[in-house]
Amino acid sequence: MRRSALTVTVAATAGLLLAGCGSSSAPPASPATSPGRVSSSPALSGTINVFAAASLQEAFTTLGQQFEAAHPGTKVVFNFGPSSGLATQITAGAPADVFASASTQNMDQVVKAAAATSPTDFASNTMEIAVPVKNPAGVTGLSDLVKPGLKVALCQIAVPCGATAAKVFANARLAVTPVTQEIDVKAVLTKVTLGEVDAGVVYVTDVRAAGGKVKGIQIPANVNASTAYPIATLTQAPNKATASAFTEYVLSAGGARVLTTDGFAAMSPAHRT
Amino acid sequence: MTSKNRPAAGQVPDQRSRQAARAAASREAIPWLLGIPALLAAVFLLVPLAGLLVRAPWLGLPRLLADSQVLDALRLSLLCASAATAVSLVFGVPLAWVLARWQVRGISVLRALVTLPLVLPPVVGGVALLLAFGRQGILGRLLDEWTGITLPFTTAGVVIAETFVAMPFLIITVEGAFRASDRGFEEAAATLGASRLTIFRTITLPLIGPSLLAGAVLCWARALGEFGATITFAGNFPGRTQTMPLAVYVALESDPEAAVALSLVMLLVSIAVLAGLRDRWLTTGAAR
Repeated sequence: MRRSALTVTVAATAGLLLAGCGSSSAPPASPATSPGRVSSSPALSGTINVFAAASLQEAFTTLGQQFEAAHPGTKVVFNFGPSSGLATQITAGAPADVFASASTQNMDQVVKAAAATSPTDFASNTMEIAVPVKNPAGVTGLSDLVKPGLKVALCQIAVPCGATAAKVFANARLAVTPVTQEIDVKAVLTKVTLGEVDAGVVYVTDVRAAGGKVKGIQIPANVNASTAYPIATLTQAPNKATASAFTEYVLSAGGARVLTTDGFAAMSPAHRT
Repeated sequence: MTSKNRPAAGQVPDQRSRQAARAAASREAIPWLLGIPALLAAVFLLVPLAGLLVRAPWLGLPRLLADSQVLDALRLSLLCASAATAVSLVFGVPLAWVLARWQVRGISVLRALVTLPLVLPPVVGGVALLLAFGRQGILGRLLDEWTGITLPFTTAGVVIAETFVAMPFLIITVEGAFRASDRGFEEAAATLGASRLTIFRTITLPLIGPSLLAGAVLCWARALGEFGATITFAGNFPGRTQTMPLAVYVALESDPEAAVALSLVMLLVSIAVLAGLRDRWLTTGAAR
């Protein structure tokens, strides 16, 4: 008896190991609900995995809570990170239901791999300079960032916040050499918050989300650059019904309200592609 | 032949039969309760490596590896890991000796604390380093005020991050050797009037030689693979703080093929390290 019980345990463990992360506890995906009738869909349930850009952390956490409250029995699990890294994970087969990217470029990467179709832009974001609260280096504007000895943190260029910051510098005809190229925008913000750098270039939404932990210095509109945020339900979404409903919720007027509260510029439906 | 209790005539066949039994046992079928998990474990460990080899962009490899950024990262990795090992040897070996030989209360607490980075997530180690040696850190602030030197985002910062994570591996290996080494020679030397430092240098260190080498290699390998503490404390800047693991991570976001190529290089270096360690760990107990 003892031996057979042990055998079962070992076999079960091996089974679990083999089944791995590919399987999902979510119920079989029902046919995609047409967008108009999402809210009346009776059978929204189960967990969805939403892969979202690091800059969406605060807004999407709120949206997720609101969605769960509106649809009891659903659970929204987030994976926040650099859009480029998330796109790589999705094309490599990560079990994601929804992808919200901080740039069309990374979304295109996912569409090209046939992991998503027809993404929709739902928000846009512009850049701002973040400095430690005491602003020890006395930064007042973009041109201060080229001062020798001034420590600047940027996102690495493959990440949307790095690419957009590079556009800002190109617009302003400045050559800024950072001391570090961080992996995502939140890492830049952390280095500023800790006072390890004199300035970082982040999204306006990040300065707002940081509360009083950093000071924001605006970038003039004529040199500032923006990035669009597309969202899509993924073709291989394990829980497609709930995933589509969440995507629709982000695109709804209620979703736009949360995003604008956090400092994003909402995309009006007319501007959507 | 050397047995004292048994007549020499009876000893040889006895030993032979025992050897034969052992040889037969090693050829016997492996019980499946051990064999299946063993097979799964081996597959689990080997498949990812096979994945690297299968997916490697072999044709594009020369082009990808000739990239100056890759060479910078490799050079930086080797340099910083070696520097971290050197620092660990200079400071870690004396600490290991103190931990092994100094019989005072609380020494076991100190031992537990200094080996804490073994279990600490490296990112947490990086945050701790920022709070200690960062520009606003408790020591880093003084360093900045007095000398104008700041450590984060510098190559020295990489060495510090790697040393923090890797030195405990050296300490724990060498400390064990210090404890296990025969004190008889040291006592004899002391009776003959040798100073403690002479004893340490001419007797203790040579006695633990193999462990010292193994500890140093382990420390070097850990430093070479360091990611979390490095990116947190030293940031990521090509040519200055971007070591191979960071380059792999960054490349994965924009150019997955390059990431695989870089990973292959790391794999080769790891194999070289394993080959270096073979005498100690891969031949069963022969070197111990």
